Amino acid sequence: MPKEHANWSPYDNNGGTCVAIAGADYCVIAADTRMSTGYSILTRDYSKICKLADKSYMASSGFQADVKALQKVLSSRHLIYQHQHNKQMSCPAMAQLLSNTLYYKRFFPYYAFNVLGGLDSEGKGCVFTYDAVGSYERVGYSAQGSGATLITPFLDNQLKSPSPLLLPAKDAVTPLSEAEAVDLVKTCFSSATERDIYTGDSVEIIILNANGVRRETEQLRKD
Amino acid sequence: MFRNQYDTDVTTWSPAGRLFQVEYAMEAVKQGSAAIGLRSKTHAVLACVNKANSELSSHQRKIFKVDDHIGVAIAGLTADGRVLSRYMRSECINYGYTYESPLPIGRLVVQLADKAQVCTQRSWKRPYGVGLLVAGLDESGAHLYYNCPSGNYFEYQAFAIGSRSQAAKTYLERKFENFPDSSRDDLIKDALFAIRETLQGEKLTSSVCTVSVVGVGEAFNILGQKTVQALINEFEISGEEAPATVSAAEEAAGGDAAAADQGGAAAEEEAAPMDI
Repeated sequence: MPKEHANWSPYDNNGGTCVAIAGADYCVIAADTRMSTGYSILTRDYSKICKLADKSYMASSGFQADVKALQKVLSSRHLIYQHQHNKQMSCPAMAQLLSNTLYYKRFFPYYAFNVLGGLDSEGKGCVFTYDAVGSYERVGYSAQGSGATLITPFLDNQLKSPSPLLLPAKDAVTPLSEAEAVDLVKTCFSSATERDIYTGDSVEIIILNANGVRRETEQLRKD
Repeated sequence: MFRNQYDTDVTTWSPAGRLFQVEYAMEAVKQGSAAIGLRSKTHAVLACVNKANSELSSHQRKIFKVDDHIGVAIAGLTADGRVLSRYMRSECINYGYTYESPLPIGRLVVQLADKAQVCTQRSWKRPYGVGLLVAGLDESGAHLYYNCPSGNYFEYQAFAIGSRSQAAKTYLERKFENFPDSSRDDLIKDALFAIRETLQGEKLTSSVCTVSVVGVGEAFNILGQKTVQALINEFEISGEEAPATVSAAEEAAGGDAAAADQGGAAAEEEAAPMDI
């Protein structure tokens, strides 16, 4: 009897791109809303961004079923934290929790490429970038997903963020204003949409600052 | 209650068919400081008396948020109450994770009751020494339940547990018929009056009591001290006495016990509390 399902994989890649930029007193988290499989589009209107806490938003590309499961696990853990500590988790705390949660499944990973954005306890913007098994670092900006290779070099050029290898260690947040950062993000996505087939339809942008949270949507090419 | 040879073990019946250890656990509830609960069709209020051991110490937390739509007030061994609250929170979180919807309060109290029952039938355990007033919402509106150490639970329109709770129950018995249609603020006011009854002449201030509300469109929250003090001042300054509305008072403790399966009244001092 020939092997059936020899090529079955528990994973699928639903594509998409996520970006986050940290500012002095704001944070921008953005992701496109296209969900695809293979060369087909499943939907043009799917949110990859999840609010984990008042000041922590996570954008994840990859396999959306795993992303959804990851979001639920983190939300439940945050509820437990709130019951025990009577307050919301800080963004750096959530960053560590996400890392631990991902590594917990080191031998059957969440196929999720995450970018966590928010405000730290001083009110400064913070962005954490991850691989699928939980390796993370705090950075000034990051892109993940199918369009990341197109966006990251552009952000390197625009945000002049110092390399972590340079000494003395410099503050990682960008000096750009909030409006400039949002504009930059829109530019990133329109460019990535041109060449990456998995990115497009529209981009959802979350802006976090001391006044609260704001949401913007910008249409992208649908092809 | 007299000591006798059938009260050492929870797994030993007395010749009269009583489990004394369970009854003693319910005594522990009566020793705790008072907690009261009342509800209308849309809101439920929990309030409790906070007595610190000494002026130097802080007082214990007796009201816990279990989920956005459920809160619990405890009387008795607060440590047992804390553990049970953690269990309730965990059940709500797991249900929400699986079903993406809030755990119906009716289900939660059954799980809690079953958990309490286990402790009445194991030789290596003891009953939980805490009574829980669980207030919450489900699709049909606001509900208030009382969970006993015996594993019984009852639904109430209003109830009071803990020391000097009889005074509060008497007040609630007079007023409970108005509760279903009461506004949120009137419900809170009645809760404060009931708490005042248990204080037996001691001055009612926001430092000796805690008040919490849950309602349709309002997540469970504990009112701040300043808010409570403002409400107290409102009716103390106006010299308002607890309005003495005469209503057909029920004979049993605390108002409308409408539990379908359980029936009957909660702990009456004389009869065996579990006799239904």
